[in-house]
Amino acid sequence: MDKLELAYWIGLLKDQVITPIFGDGAFGVLVQNVIVAFAVFGLLSLIALFLVWWERKISAHIQQRFGPMMTGWHGVLQTIADAVKLIQKEDITPKVADRAVFFWAPIICFACAFAAYVVIPWGDGLIVSDLNVGILYIIAITTFTIISLLMAGWGSNNKYALLGGMRSAAQAVSYEVPLALSILGVVMVSGSMSMQEIVKAQSGWGGFHWNIFFQPLGFFIYIIAATAEANRTPFDLPEAEQELIAGFNVEYSGMKFAMFFLAEFVNMFTVSAIATTVFLGGWNGPILPSWVWFLGKTLFMVFLFMMFRWTYPRLRVDQLMEFAWKVLLPLAFLNILYVGVVAKWLNW
Amino acid sequence: MAEQLRTETMTVNMGPHHPSTHGVCRLILTIDGENVVDCVPDIGFLHRAIEKICENRTYPQCIPLMDRFEYVTSMMCNWGFALATEKLTDLEVPERAEYLRVIMGELNRIASHLLCIGVTGLDLGALTPFLYTFREREDILDLFEMTCGQRLTYNYIRIGGVARDIPPEFYPKCRQFLDKIDAKCDDYEKVLTENPIWIARNKGVGILTEQLVLDYAVSGPSARASGVNFDIRKHDTYSIYDRFNFDVPVFHGCDSYDRYRARMAEIRQSARIVRQALDQMPEGEIRAKVSPKFKPKVGEVYSRVENSRGEMGFHIISDGTVKPYRVRARGGSYNHLLVTPEIVKGLKIADLVAIFASLDIIMPEIDR
Repeated sequence: MDKLELAYWIGLLKDQVITPIFGDGAFGVLVQNVIVAFAVFGLLSLIALFLVWWERKISAHIQQRFGPMMTGWHGVLQTIADAVKLIQKEDITPKVADRAVFFWAPIICFACAFAAYVVIPWGDGLIVSDLNVGILYIIAITTFTIISLLMAGWGSNNKYALLGGMRSAAQAVSYEVPLALSILGVVMVSGSMSMQEIVKAQSGWGGFHWNIFFQPLGFFIYIIAATAEANRTPFDLPEAEQELIAGFNVEYSGMKFAMFFLAEFVNMFTVSAIATTVFLGGWNGPILPSWVWFLGKTLFMVFLFMMFRWTYPRLRVDQLMEFAWKVLLPLAFLNILYVGVVAKWLNW
Repeated sequence: MAEQLRTETMTVNMGPHHPSTHGVCRLILTIDGENVVDCVPDIGFLHRAIEKICENRTYPQCIPLMDRFEYVTSMMCNWGFALATEKLTDLEVPERAEYLRVIMGELNRIASHLLCIGVTGLDLGALTPFLYTFREREDILDLFEMTCGQRLTYNYIRIGGVARDIPPEFYPKCRQFLDKIDAKCDDYEKVLTENPIWIARNKGVGILTEQLVLDYAVSGPSARASGVNFDIRKHDTYSIYDRFNFDVPVFHGCDSYDRYRARMAEIRQSARIVRQALDQMPEGEIRAKVSPKFKPKVGEVYSRVENSRGEMGFHIISDGTVKPYRVRARGGSYNHLLVTPEIVKGLKIADLVAIFASLDIIMPEIDR
């Protein structure tokens, strides 16, 4: 295997360091898993911090501002400074709040956002666990985030928060369907729900046999539904500042707020990673090592989502529902029909 | 089971501290899910008793207070009060001062409309146009700063003229801005007018019928977007507006979209007026002689100017002393706020925010 691949070095670490010290029994596996979990968690936290800074920079440049400039080179340390500030903040729980629900909501939101990364393939052989129901697992675990938003809205005992929570529930139920259906088209062609299998099915044509070229409609539906899933403008109704002040997280402060905030960015990275894996050929690509291709494609998708946010106004709640059920859903069915007929015909 | 399952309406206090109430307005909303069932505006949080304070000040001392009456278009407030006082005393204003007033007033109108368009975008979730319109508004504020040293409360238009003449570098700066603003308006139109989401959110939303306009005395661009062709500059001419060539844009859509388009069209017309005023401006005095102990005749006067939010009128009762006996100011926003509950019933909360923004309601004008 190429020495530029991260999987090579990780394998080396496992064979040369961990196995000799801890053995390859149950304890050794446990140590391995803990190390992997911390590595993924740390990497994602870093990525989330980077994305917050990046979004501020992108929005600033779109709006002819500089954005953060004072902390570090072009303000790269701004998010860390913000995080330090948020940790120091007093953690306020409203008197009338449902304490247990209020407490657990950000934790569930945070945990679910990270749990999706069990099956995201970062590169060739670089996956925590290649579940054979990979994509189904991701759809299930990301939907769980919505429950935490609903909990936050309900537990805060605040009318605006409740409205935000209800909006997020309605939105998730509506957009989950076209999202899953658009991915189904790819699963039909790949013949597997495992993320690595989906990526490998796109490895033809020198690494450019991407599903987006065969199912542009599916990609289009996925992008729209994913924007709604990640609660980004134009579908950011659960946290519409101008209508609901901050929506579901209006009562949260300090680190709990930061957990919602980071989870939002991790979710955005998740939907971009899924788009990359499912439609953009995952880590496939010539010359560069696979993890570079994966990161590059995913960050490009993130950039796209950020551009959406800073250029579009927000939809109204009934227009949002209408769009999901009257436009996206029929289109998703059409896409499945098209994939079914063409795949059968051409024997992809 | 069916009897136990019932829904209730919920009462929500929108404001006084809410990002979309443009000042401190409290809207008591009764909502059924996302639908607004009832809306009761509660005003008075910004009351500063400007009218009462005026009774204890001399006439020239009232002008700075008028800046605070409606701080987005302070020039117009100065102008309106000065106009009323001049009418009371038959004071002749030098010609150059009239031109300066028109230039400043129209620039202030552009600034105000830019603010309104940007904020409407902000209320609909489009965060970027706000920064763009503020960039151009900044240029206007620079021009004002150059002229009178202030960026928000100008205290520039005084009784009998204006405070000071414009510096020579004002002319090239102003012309440069006027050349730019048309192109920039095209840019905003690209970002907003043609945007499908913008159209979906604004078209057919917040129908303010012609009948409602007449019933509630709605004025300004909001009335003209409902097909009511009424502009005080044209139909009850004051100052020297009869010398300029400009159109009054009238739209018939009655909705938020046409209110936005009316403002956009007015920016272009105002730029046209400023251009003509710069070309025609004569040399000469900028201020008639007015003593600080200025005493108007005994009498009563109502005089109005076309503000960017509609008719702005000043009713002054004079008892012949240095202080006014009573001052009553009228701003367009009060009528706009009164008509809001009529048009938002049955719509969504998000629409309420959009309509509130598109009517360009400013709270200081209401509470005074």
